[in-house]
Amino acid sequence: MMDAVSAPPFERFYLQHRDAILAFLTSRLGRQTAEDAFQETFLRALAAYPRLRHTDDLRAWVFTIAARIVTDEHRRRKPAADVPVPDVPAADDRRPAYAELDDLAGALPKTERTAVVLRYGYDLTYADIGAILDSTEEAARQAASSGVRRLRRKGIDHDRFGFR
Amino acid sequence: MTVSVSADLDRKFREAAGSSGDLDVAYDLLDTPIGELLVAVTDRGLCRISFDPEPEREEEALAQLYGTRVLRAARPVDRARRELDEYLTGRRREFDLATDLRIEAPFRQAVLSELGRVPYGATTTYGELARRAGRPRAARAVGTFMNRNPIPIVVPCHRVVGSTGSLVGYGGGLDRKEALLRLEGVLV
Repeated sequence: MMDAVSAPPFERFYLQHRDAILAFLTSRLGRQTAEDAFQETFLRALAAYPRLRHTDDLRAWVFTIAARIVTDEHRRRKPAADVPVPDVPAADDRRPAYAELDDLAGALPKTERTAVVLRYGYDLTYADIGAILDSTEEAARQAASSGVRRLRRKGIDHDRFGFR
Repeated sequence: MTVSVSADLDRKFREAAGSSGDLDVAYDLLDTPIGELLVAVTDRGLCRISFDPEPEREEEALAQLYGTRVLRAARPVDRARRELDEYLTGRRREFDLATDLRIEAPFRQAVLSELGRVPYGATTTYGELARRAGRPRAARAVGTFMNRNPIPIVVPCHRVVGSTGSLVGYGGGLDRKEALLRLEGVLV
């Protein structure tokens, strides 16, 4: 495998992304919960930092951590029904969709990978994903859709992930 | 929507990170009578004291040496901060701090460890230090080590002078060497 570019010192990474992460969490969870989720996001990032596989897109990486925390928080709030949580496997013990997608999408080009994982793994809107990618809603939609086409060509099960 | 992280939230995160056990290096910046210092610690002990620090460069260097999880966090540095403050205001003569010199080559470690035995208010010479570390002819090399001492003040390279008693040099600048020797009563 190619020698990975090493990640920047954590301090730089944190300073660079903290405001955007807090804004995202605040919009999803409200201010009070967002502050707890903020700490949780960066503590998880800190724990996982030495094991990073892709250091080329740290912004998307930290957003997937934040998105996972939002998903967990929504589940905790409304454990019963009508929560837009993607594909929670009920009676089987498959890995959560986001974890499986993360692996499957690993070989996609960076932007497509991020768009597919955030859209189908975490159910983020294209507007959110556009913001995360420093791009537009439309570009995010296109990236997700070409990522999905690429995965389909490899025969990846799209029912499982709700690909459209 | 513009959202920015408040000082309070920032402090809480840094505190939590500092006690998480996940940091490779914690550092903080200290205002002292001899200028601003960057002080860094690992879980093994003090690993860096820098004069006139440029934090971004220091973070890069520390990340290369000890791991990428380098974060400014006050709590892990508290003890070093307190002891440095006491020393620099004349209320402490010896440091009671673990040091992390794992990155140093064995001879450098030997020299730095011998240097740690030179007491407050005393001086030694480069040649004497070389002799005590087992290489009497390495005075010049020892001089170079002093210049690159990663933990000045605590590993007291300011107590090393030339064979004629001249101050010779100091990584943090000669005025600081003078100030430290004056503090210890070596210079009046």
